[in-house]
Amino acid sequence: MQRPASHDGGAWWDLWFHVVVGLFRQIGALGRELRGSRGRYVVIAIPMLWLLAFFLAPLLVVLKISVAERTGGVPPYSDLVAIGEQGLIQINLSLKGYATLLTDPLYVESYLNSLQFASISTLGCLLLGYPIAYGIARATPAWRMFLLVLVVLPFWTSSLLRTYALIGLLRDNGMVNQLLMAIGATDAPIRLIDTPFAVYVGITYNYLPFMVLPLVANLMRLDFTLLQAAADLGAKPWRAFLSVTLPLSLPGIIAGSLLVFIPAVGEYVIPALLGGPEALSIGSRIWEDFFNARNYPLAAAVAVAMLVLIVVPMLLFEASQERRAEKEAQRA
Amino acid sequence: MSERRPFVLYTLMAFGYAFLYLPIASVVAFSFNETRSVSLWKGFSLQWYGRLLENQAVIDAALLSLLIAAMASTLAVVIGTMAALALSRFGRFKGRGLLSLLSSAPLVMPDVMLGISALFLFITLQQLVGWPEGRGIDTITIAHVTLCVCYVTVVVRSRLAQTDHSLEEAAMDLGARPWKVFFLVTLPLIWPALLAGWLLAFTLSLDDVVIASFTSGPGSSTLPVLILSKVRFGVTPEINALATLIIVAVCVGVSLAGWLMHRNARHAR
Repeated sequence: MQRPASHDGGAWWDLWFHVVVGLFRQIGALGRELRGSRGRYVVIAIPMLWLLAFFLAPLLVVLKISVAERTGGVPPYSDLVAIGEQGLIQINLSLKGYATLLTDPLYVESYLNSLQFASISTLGCLLLGYPIAYGIARATPAWRMFLLVLVVLPFWTSSLLRTYALIGLLRDNGMVNQLLMAIGATDAPIRLIDTPFAVYVGITYNYLPFMVLPLVANLMRLDFTLLQAAADLGAKPWRAFLSVTLPLSLPGIIAGSLLVFIPAVGEYVIPALLGGPEALSIGSRIWEDFFNARNYPLAAAVAVAMLVLIVVPMLLFEASQERRAEKEAQRA
Repeated sequence: MSERRPFVLYTLMAFGYAFLYLPIASVVAFSFNETRSVSLWKGFSLQWYGRLLENQAVIDAALLSLLIAAMASTLAVVIGTMAALALSRFGRFKGRGLLSLLSSAPLVMPDVMLGISALFLFITLQQLVGWPEGRGIDTITIAHVTLCVCYVTVVVRSRLAQTDHSLEEAAMDLGARPWKVFFLVTLPLIWPALLAGWLLAFTLSLDDVVIASFTSGPGSSTLPVLILSKVRFGVTPEINALATLIIVAVCVGVSLAGWLMHRNARHAR
């Protein structure tokens, strides 16, 4: 096999091999020697250290760079702590990045746009995903498995390719416009691609499985005799749905919506490919500031603000929901 | 229940499934088109596949992506399984909450955030300790492992929750050492989850474009990074052909895994 180009020759292969073999031997050897409890700490420590080093530490680094000053050097930002001329320790703190976020309308608009993309698409996922999830939950076990696999299967192919597929469909001479013109709904092609509508469709399309799966899990636990009872008491199907099924599936709706909304807020590829060059979003701001303007502190500030203003509140909300559900489960 | 509702329900479901599959179907169909058009059907041809196989840049990128995906998913299964074992079998320990949080937070973190934070870490590390020198296969792999570990942890944890802990306790009571219990009792019980987690991690890594864009260096473009740069310049049937090949590979892989697990489940009974 031809080896792909690498910046450090063939060393990566040996390195990787040693890491994997080393990890396995580490577990084995420690387990053998220590028996019992001390081996546990290795099993805890390896994932813990990995995630601390490559997930938590990077977030702190982003925070640090977001308050740095932009410079012309390599890397293009100032150090947070520097030794001054008289041997004094200097702390350089610059809030320029954050000031730009508040004063430059481009950034405010990007945040509002991303929120709008994410919320409308989440609604789209819910409207499209709820019937699917309901149908799956009520299907016979064999059908349920089949229908579930059908929902999850597209998720295994890349989001980029699925977004690419939508470009072909939504273009001015694409299949959607051809169909609309064939049935006489419109004479000239409607502009679909490079509009917010295309972004809604794109995000809904890509994130639908994330909405369906929690809903199925929730609806499968639903006691359908309650619906029977509602019907026996004279409730019309729609009324029974609105006053029994919907309220009981609220935890599933919330879980699914969060799974769609949070990643959708930071989505870069879909708005960039379907929303046209004018589509402003948080993701495209980070991308532009980083890759094109090479303004690292500003890109970091945009990312931190997204995390603090949107992602963290959402996660806290989810945690509070889970705690409430647990309490209710304990009471029941 | 009423007789009318299933009809409405089935219509809505059919619409949903059509929405999921029509775009994919159109990509596959137009990969066999005779002309450059990806919206007007002119006739059957395999020329785009031929051109694709002559494109060395695409082949290199595909091999690189497969390599990174294989390394990242294997490492993620090892680390993720440890995290899952710790979280579901070790009872209460100091730092359990932290581990639980760290192993689930990346699941909902936007890709851009994971990508830029990993990159800033690598830049800072290079400045401080001289490693990594530039960015390439190793930095992409590390960033992918971090994402994939969380998915593996979720999958393995849910499997561990379903398996009977008393079997492991029995083995331990009979004097088996913990590592022996793991390899002889736990592993045979949870291997379908390990396989599922590995496959999930593999495809996640193979599909990722945002994290790879941030953590790749010159000369280490993965396939999605290459596709993204091509798509920006317009839609071509060559990409359709590439997409079709990937879709077919994924379908074969997933069906094979499903069949293996199904067979295993039947044997177990």
